[in-house]
Amino acid sequence: MEKAIKRYWPVFVLPTLIAFIIGFVWPFIWGAGLSFCKFTTVKNVQFVGLSNYKMIWIDDTFTHAFWFTAAFTVVSTVLINVLAFSIALLLTRGMRGTNAFRTIFFLPNLIGGIVLGYIWQILLNGILSALGKPLLALNATYGFWGLIILMCWQQIGYMMIIYIAGLQNVPTDLIEAARIDGATSRQILFKIKVPMVMPSVTICTFLTLTNSFKLFDQNLSLTAGEPAKQSMMLAYNIYDTFYARSGPQWKGIGQAKAVVFFLFVVVISLIQLHFTRSKEVQQ
Amino acid sequence: MNAKKTLSLSLASAMALGLLAGCGSSASSAAASTADSTAPAADSTSTAASSDAAGKVYYLNFKPEQDEAWQDLAAKYTEETGVPVTVVTAASGQYETTLMSEMAKSDAPTLFQVNGPVGLASWKDYCYDLSGSKIAGELTSDSYALKDGDATLGIGYVIESYGLITNKSLLEKAGYSVDDIKSFADLKKVAEDITARKDELGFAAFTSAGMDGSSDWRFKTHLANLPIYFEYQADGINNTDAIKGTYLDNYKDIFDLYINNSTCDPAELAGKTGDDSRNEFLNNEAVFFQNGSWEYTNLVGDGKPFTDDDLTMMPIYIGVGDEANQGLCTGTENYWCVNKEASEEDINATLDFIYWCVSSDEGTKAMADDMGFVIPFKAAAESPNLFVKVDNEMTAEGKTPVAWNFSTMPSENWKNGVGSALTAYAAGTGSWDDVVTAFVDGWATEAALNAAA
Amino acid sequence: MGKTAKDRRINSVLSVVLTIICILWMYPVFMILMNSLKTERAITTTHAFELPTAETFVGLKNYIYGITEMDFLSSLWYSFIITISSVALILLCCSMCAWYIIRVQSVLSKGMYYLCVFSMIVPFQMVMFTLAKTADSLKLNSPYNICIIYLGFGAGLAVFMFTGFVKSMPIAIEEAAMIDGCNPLQIFFKVVCPILKPTMISTAILETMWVWNDYLLPTLVLDIKQYRTIPMAIQYFRGSYGKVEMAPMMACIMITVIPVIVLYLVCQKYIIDGVVAGAVKG
Repeated sequence: MEKAIKRYWPVFVLPTLIAFIIGFVWPFIWGAGLSFCKFTTVKNVQFVGLSNYKMIWIDDTFTHAFWFTAAFTVVSTVLINVLAFSIALLLTRGMRGTNAFRTIFFLPNLIGGIVLGYIWQILLNGILSALGKPLLALNATYGFWGLIILMCWQQIGYMMIIYIAGLQNVPTDLIEAARIDGATSRQILFKIKVPMVMPSVTICTFLTLTNSFKLFDQNLSLTAGEPAKQSMMLAYNIYDTFYARSGPQWKGIGQAKAVVFFLFVVVISLIQLHFTRSKEVQQ
Repeated sequence: MNAKKTLSLSLASAMALGLLAGCGSSASSAAASTADSTAPAADSTSTAASSDAAGKVYYLNFKPEQDEAWQDLAAKYTEETGVPVTVVTAASGQYETTLMSEMAKSDAPTLFQVNGPVGLASWKDYCYDLSGSKIAGELTSDSYALKDGDATLGIGYVIESYGLITNKSLLEKAGYSVDDIKSFADLKKVAEDITARKDELGFAAFTSAGMDGSSDWRFKTHLANLPIYFEYQADGINNTDAIKGTYLDNYKDIFDLYINNSTCDPAELAGKTGDDSRNEFLNNEAVFFQNGSWEYTNLVGDGKPFTDDDLTMMPIYIGVGDEANQGLCTGTENYWCVNKEASEEDINATLDFIYWCVSSDEGTKAMADDMGFVIPFKAAAESPNLFVKVDNEMTAEGKTPVAWNFSTMPSENWKNGVGSALTAYAAGTGSWDDVVTAFVDGWATEAALNAAA
Repeated sequence: MGKTAKDRRINSVLSVVLTIICILWMYPVFMILMNSLKTERAITTTHAFELPTAETFVGLKNYIYGITEMDFLSSLWYSFIITISSVALILLCCSMCAWYIIRVQSVLSKGMYYLCVFSMIVPFQMVMFTLAKTADSLKLNSPYNICIIYLGFGAGLAVFMFTGFVKSMPIAIEEAAMIDGCNPLQIFFKVVCPILKPTMISTAILETMWVWNDYLLPTLVLDIKQYRTIPMAIQYFRGSYGKVEMAPMMACIMITVIPVIVLYLVCQKYIIDGVVAGAVKG
């Protein structure tokens, strides 16, 4: 059978392969190459070696964006997961209206990043203005928490769904047995439920981690990096360097930043791989 | 383990291949671009007869407000000549990004714009030399040509003015008329008197600020232009790498006047947007609104509360120079550039199109009436824009317009630095010294960065 | 499992608390709806929370303005076309590819698999410029063929999800079909496809959510002279000199959000199952 299928590879694999080369492989290789060049359009490419990588640090925006992104990623990952897990716990108690609650919590997830950003910009600016505080775009701290709130609103529903699925897979007889043995609710939660949903925790943690780390649309529409690039995250900083800074030197630097950013993501993914692997061994 | 190995291997080979690709294309493209640049320079004069030739125009427009008018004008031109004209307008704040991504495409814009010498510096390799072209010959003054050495790379196509838009009816209610304000001292007296009687009158002197991206340019760019202009005048220069900040105290005076006499408490200013500011003016909550002639269509017309009789525009007095003869701030930061990399037919088609826009009846009428522009060309039609008329009257009376020197500001970063410092100062969290530092030291730093790049 | 009275009491208290949270949760959407019915001048930061009054209420004027002036319907149409064609193409090509990868042991299938995994972690910024350039030179820049780019850049996740499922499928049925004289294409469409249906739905949902809301890729790749998707159109409400046409912008946000909400309420079960399945595989 394998041989028969093998002969059909032009039908089964070729379309995807070609699209893959156009949409990913070639742009990736080319992009990596361009990070060593100076260019405005592709007509005037000039090899400059590693200088773009040195120029990344010519201004502190990239370093600042890195720390901003790191702080954002940590805070949002923790908040989203804790809140999503709590809501999931509440929604698995079998109370009335569970379905409606679940529907509502999940809903913001379907709204796109750009639209979300504008919705929250209007809302948060209204609140800040009413409190007599500076607008989002004038204070990076508010911008930071604005992004966190937005991200929570968007992501909690999604993670909650995954946690609910995890919690529903905890065998009820196990909980019953524990209860008969006199375990308190707290013990049941931390000794049975939490360990049993650890796979969901790993999944959700890494989903939020990568989502937050690569965040772009929301950053663009909510704060646009204001004030003075103080609320700019890595992905947006790359885009900004690449397209918004005028001058032929910036594109190469932007591409070099993208390569560095890509390497960060690879590191995160390798850690994730490690965790997933070791978890599989345990089971 | 296998997976990791394959991964790193493919990564390494990807890098290596990319290097080759990058270098290979550089060699071949350099040749191509030199060939390109020599060809079209030959006949910029023969464009007159070429309107039948197969060329097309792609205009990347900067001003979203005029998008519709440009689309109409382009359609009219196509109807008349058969030359296809595409107009695309970049979303606000996205012009540079859109231009950058469009220029990289095979079907790049043939007509785009830069904002002055600083903008030109990054695009000059793509600008077609307009010296001797028909449109350059139509300019009323050579000062609207943006030059790099001997080459005319950009043509200013719209002149705008800004100042203090004044609600005359409210000013009269407060017991004053426009003629009472002829200097900074007068302005201060009137504004402070209105503030003193704010509750009784029911309105304030100035609109609130809008220090966020929606209108921070009104302060960090337009208002900051005045001390720069007067310093340049005093020193007899038109550009510098090191601003001295001679008139920063006057800058402080006018900014203080704005924030202490506005519709809200200074500390709350940072919580207001540019739209708030405009709406306050529309709702008769403030007498003065610092803005430009482009605001006209937002204030007067269908569904808007004002008529031409209600409004006027006054110069922004900061207490420097010959105030009796100070006019509005008038200038341009909109220069048309023609893409040198476009094909010869497209370049000729583009040159014909812009010439038509500024010389034909339809073109000049559309630019004046539909877009509300004053254009610095000989055949310009009269604009219905009230603020433009005010500017013309002032110039006729012998007042000297204040030039737009902000195109010499070293970078966006500099403006942002000044903007943040101003905001902090208004909110009471920063001192005026920070503004001075951002202004003077920031200028030197950014200028040095520009020189190094 | 019997519930004590105490449990029930806690539950009803929690119900009330959650109801309040849910109302707050939906408030942003409600606020946009409210403001989309007001005049431009009544939407300042200080008045954003006020309900429309007789004076500021303008009915559907903003909606009509948004649709006619901004040509929002064609944006809606382009977004729709792009999403449908891309997702359909991704489902078809990737499921076939995934089946091949699992059933055939070869350098090609190994290579494809690792490439897919690799592509999943590459951030878009890494390829944005070169991808736009490649798409431009191949003229893959209209809503009708941009799906090839989406297939290319989005194949990773889809192939990965499908392979995860195919791995667990018994080969016996396929072998039986082969003995019955089916060729591989027939086997795939008649035998494998029906079994893959749940995964197809999950993948479809995840990819739809991505493509429909995607901003940067279409902005850079599409021929902006002619086409704008919804997220791109929303950006265009910001004028130069900082003027934002708030009222029509909110109206258009509502037009964008409402179909999504309706679709969600109709297909809720699939969407939620899809998310769970996607998470477990991913």
